Amino acid sequence: MSDVMRAPYVLEYGYRRSTGPVIGQFLTALRDGRLVGGKTARGRVIVPPTEYDPETGDAVDELVPVGDAGVVTTWTWVAEPAPGQPLARPFAWALVKLDGADTAMLHAVDAGEPSRMKTGMRVRARFRAERSGTILDLEAFLPEQAS
Amino acid sequence: MGEREIAIVSFAEVIVERSDRDDCELLLPVLKRALGDVGLTQQDIGFTVSGSSDFLGGRPFAFVMATDVLGAWPPIRESHVEMDGAFALYEAWVRLQHGDLDTALVFAFGRPSQGPLHDVMSLQLDPYYMAPLRPDALSLGALAARAALDAGLTSEDELARIAGERRGVPTSTSEPYLREPLRAHATPTLRDGAAAIVLAAGDGARALSKRPAWIRGLDHRIEPHSLGARSLTRSVSTEQAARGAGALGFGADVAELHARFAHEEPLLSRALELPASTRVNPSGGALAQDPVMVTGLCRLGHAARAVHEGAARAIAHATSGPCLQQNLVCTLEAR
Repeated sequence: MSDVMRAPYVLEYGYRRSTGPVIGQFLTALRDGRLVGGKTARGRVIVPPTEYDPETGDAVDELVPVGDAGVVTTWTWVAEPAPGQPLARPFAWALVKLDGADTAMLHAVDAGEPSRMKTGMRVRARFRAERSGTILDLEAFLPEQAS
Repeated sequence: MGEREIAIVSFAEVIVERSDRDDCELLLPVLKRALGDVGLTQQDIGFTVSGSSDFLGGRPFAFVMATDVLGAWPPIRESHVEMDGAFALYEAWVRLQHGDLDTALVFAFGRPSQGPLHDVMSLQLDPYYMAPLRPDALSLGALAARAALDAGLTSEDELARIAGERRGVPTSTSEPYLREPLRAHATPTLRDGAAAIVLAAGDGARALSKRPAWIRGLDHRIEPHSLGARSLTRSVSTEQAARGAGALGFGADVAELHARFAHEEPLLSRALELPASTRVNPSGGALAQDPVMVTGLCRLGHAARAVHEGAARAIAHATSGPCLQQNLVCTLEAR
């Protein structure tokens, strides 16, 4: 393929998004190093929160604090992380149900090796020192015994 | 209001490992065959609709360029969905229900060979919570696979067996994990491809085909986007679509399921309450050949072909979004 000519091709739309009253509060709390969830009319706590109850479509406007630790409900192992993923070294993707939450969130677990991962294990959030109000302010979860 | 009788009268597909043709070149012989097999040309078609994803080639509005294949004349009634072609077929079916048009051409095209497909798929995720993490589609599939294994719905041995049967090659649990607990054999075989289906209503369908595959029911439903806000071990939206399409107790001879990962087959079979007498994915399905954005339409095509060739009843399923977020179910029958 060495005879194929190559040229850079950058395609970009410079959107500015408003994150709105619910996602915006979640991201603002993350920037402050805190985790919050959305409380539905039926009392379930959705983390990360959406503006609506995923089951009923009802509006969610009450945000409540949740724990920064929780339980892994499922996981997989990434031996070769791709550019842009939360960690540059091998890590686990996991769904983590935080203490006080009724739904699980997707993030990375910095476990070192797959033998340290197990469904049902407890993990704790590690925040980045420099935070800007995005989901990446949460750098990764750590196995609780190691943190 | 009674539904209008509509049937799949023709189906054509082309699936290759890697196409050096552009979308139009890939589509042209497929459209010609789908129309030609029932003696039609584009001029006979009332409504034309396609399914594809501009993300595969990284070019916005690429689907508009693909309509070049239809020719510039005569003017057509045309639509597009940024989804698998199966969902374009749903739009065509709804459009024919209006009653003023009698035929529809549905087509789909996809060339995942243009880029790192599993990474590109992360761009379909919500832009705040999931997409910035850039999880690849294989990893998300693996999260759902482990949930199914942990819940005892399947086993790694069963995944290897399903994958081996669909792919027609020996598989073993001694193979290394691609994304634990998924081995490469339990993940889709990416292909480039295109497919087309012709729909016709009532006596028009009878005139075009000796044995039309009549659509008895067609429905699609969606679940929450976030993987942690819905069950990964029960496909609720498939259950809902199955009820809407009359698939429960339908007694299909064949079911073509859009299962991109081996663990999705038992999950979908359960949601559709398939009896042991139903043959699942005799075509091999996405484990054998996954022309992304075309695979679901091919499930409809293969199910219809089974009816054309003698089956009494068949079920087709198609999916969209991460980990079976959205599901379409179609029941087809001979009359």
